[in-house]
Amino acid sequence: MSDPLLEVRDLHVDIPLAHGSLRAVRGIDFHVDRGELLCIVGESGCGKSLTSLALMNLLPSRARRRAAALRFAGQDLTALPERRMADLRGNRMAMIFQEPMTSLNPAYTIGNQLTEALTRHRRVTAAQARDRAVHLLERVGITAAASRLGQYPHQLSGGLRQRVMIAMALMCGPELIIADEPTTALDVTIQAQILHLLRELQREFGMAVVLITHDLGVVARIADRVAVMYAGEIVETGRVDALFAAPAHPYTRGLLACIPVPGRTRPGEMLGSIPGIVPSLTGNLDGCAFRNRCGEARDICARTVPWGHGAGGQAVRCVNAGVA
Amino acid sequence: MTAPVLELRDVRKIYPISRGLFAKPARLAAVDGVDLVINRGETLALVGESGSGKTTIARMLLGLLEPTAGQILVDGQALDPARRKAMARRIQPIFQDPYSSLNPRKTVSQIVGLPLVVHGIGTAAERRARVAEMLDVVGLARRHADAYPNQMSGGQRQRVAIARALVMRPDVVICDEPTSALDVSVQAQILNLLVSLRRDFGLTYLFISHNLAVVEHLADRVAVMYLGRLVEQAGRAELFAHPRHPYTRALLASVLTPEPGLGVPDPGLGGSFPNPIAPPPGCGFHPRCARAADRCRIDVPQPSAVPGGIVSCHLPLEQGLS
Repeated sequence: MSDPLLEVRDLHVDIPLAHGSLRAVRGIDFHVDRGELLCIVGESGCGKSLTSLALMNLLPSRARRRAAALRFAGQDLTALPERRMADLRGNRMAMIFQEPMTSLNPAYTIGNQLTEALTRHRRVTAAQARDRAVHLLERVGITAAASRLGQYPHQLSGGLRQRVMIAMALMCGPELIIADEPTTALDVTIQAQILHLLRELQREFGMAVVLITHDLGVVARIADRVAVMYAGEIVETGRVDALFAAPAHPYTRGLLACIPVPGRTRPGEMLGSIPGIVPSLTGNLDGCAFRNRCGEARDICARTVPWGHGAGGQAVRCVNAGVA
Repeated sequence: MTAPVLELRDVRKIYPISRGLFAKPARLAAVDGVDLVINRGETLALVGESGSGKTTIARMLLGLLEPTAGQILVDGQALDPARRKAMARRIQPIFQDPYSSLNPRKTVSQIVGLPLVVHGIGTAAERRARVAEMLDVVGLARRHADAYPNQMSGGQRQRVAIARALVMRPDVVICDEPTSALDVSVQAQILNLLVSLRRDFGLTYLFISHNLAVVEHLADRVAVMYLGRLVEQAGRAELFAHPRHPYTRALLASVLTPEPGLGVPDPGLGGSFPNPIAPPPGCGFHPRCARAADRCRIDVPQPSAVPGGIVSCHLPLEQGLS
């Protein structure tokens, strides 16, 4: 079996505070194969967005990243100087952000921003770069593509801006795209269109995608594999069909019980809920971080929890799941 | 038969858009001739994409905006701007973002008690008792009474907003995307609270949302808006089982239920939301509609009754073909 395109082992992100530090990401492991779509799902503050920024080395300057391994296509990203990292970014690994209005530069035209990465990373003429930009704008479903190049971001709707972001990420033909909540700010019909497009392009170009989301519906419909994060850790990960068929971690089960599903939940019935709040991520954090909110918690949960396996073969970090 | 608690008759809200000093201003019809009835005790969901006019309707019902034309009736009586304060006792809002809808410099008990002060209800001691009771009802602890909004989580803040809305004992609560800024687990708690409050206080909800799964869970009836107009209204079960308007069908097709293997649907809508300053002639939806015919590009479809609802479409979907 070939090596994964991206391999992450024991990734930590710490944010120093006045007293101690906030341990936002606490030793997570995952990998992404070529051509595969991995979803990282979790609620606000679980560390999913910082994980994506850590991969691109785009963390806020205060945040500290450390990892046992952060390997992309055979290269160790932790040892890479920033200049070499900049050669990868936007080139072989690209990012799509949540809010295209704030992540596109309002002072530059669409054409300018689209061609920038290509002329930065490849030996191409301005005309070649422009042709590729037009081609990709058409591919992501933008009509009158050539005339859009002279427009500014504020002249486009939210859905169109997100299509521009996707085209921009594709400019250099990346092997990996990291998309952080790419459709959260969009209307439902536009969300479906954009995700449909992303999946289509991913298959067409054989790219790997890491998609960060809070929406289990998005995960179920688009992912090959999924990693569920809670309080800075991955608590359950595996193939998406296995995980949704038999979620093994109490947090995953709790999340799924919270969402109304037409045809499955009865209208007006009480939805499931997860009592309590997320623990503070400062200071000592031993054992299962979910145990204070968990109906199945036992004394043993205060100790380090080993990985086990759920019914569908997914990896679960819960003492009540079968130990590996 | 008693009059509906709220009724809109051909309501319009037109904004003039300046196009420079000498040009005639353009007109933007945020709401373009809406007829809608909300009956006592029901939950009516208003759905549609951003810019379709949902929030403008909510703001007109709250008296925060005045309609350009048309009538709004409360219990069969015209909503009179001069009697806004009296109306405000009966219609209360819950807004989307509990981070910006609460005054950060007031304590929770001041925020919840403010409507009572404004309307001069009760003595200071009575007001305190009523506020304490309301905090209880929405599931906040007594110790939260002296907290400031920035000391609370998103879910707790939304509970404060709900307490503020209910302290006046309104008949109607207008919920404008009340859970879309919240995490999934918190959203479930707030939806559960809204369901039990509706039962305990006999409330009427106008529930504005873009989350169709939440709408299916909460609504008795659903009204679908597109580009300032209502395109379809029907009972919940009927609408979800047999959408008549192609836009309604596209909306329903876009719901991503947590069912792996189904893949990402393509709602089959070409193009993007039209420019509301220069809306397409005829049916506003025709540029994105796969079924559009010549007539759809010329005539505005009028509402017509179909079994179980009302639809404004020249070529509505037949039952069974949806």
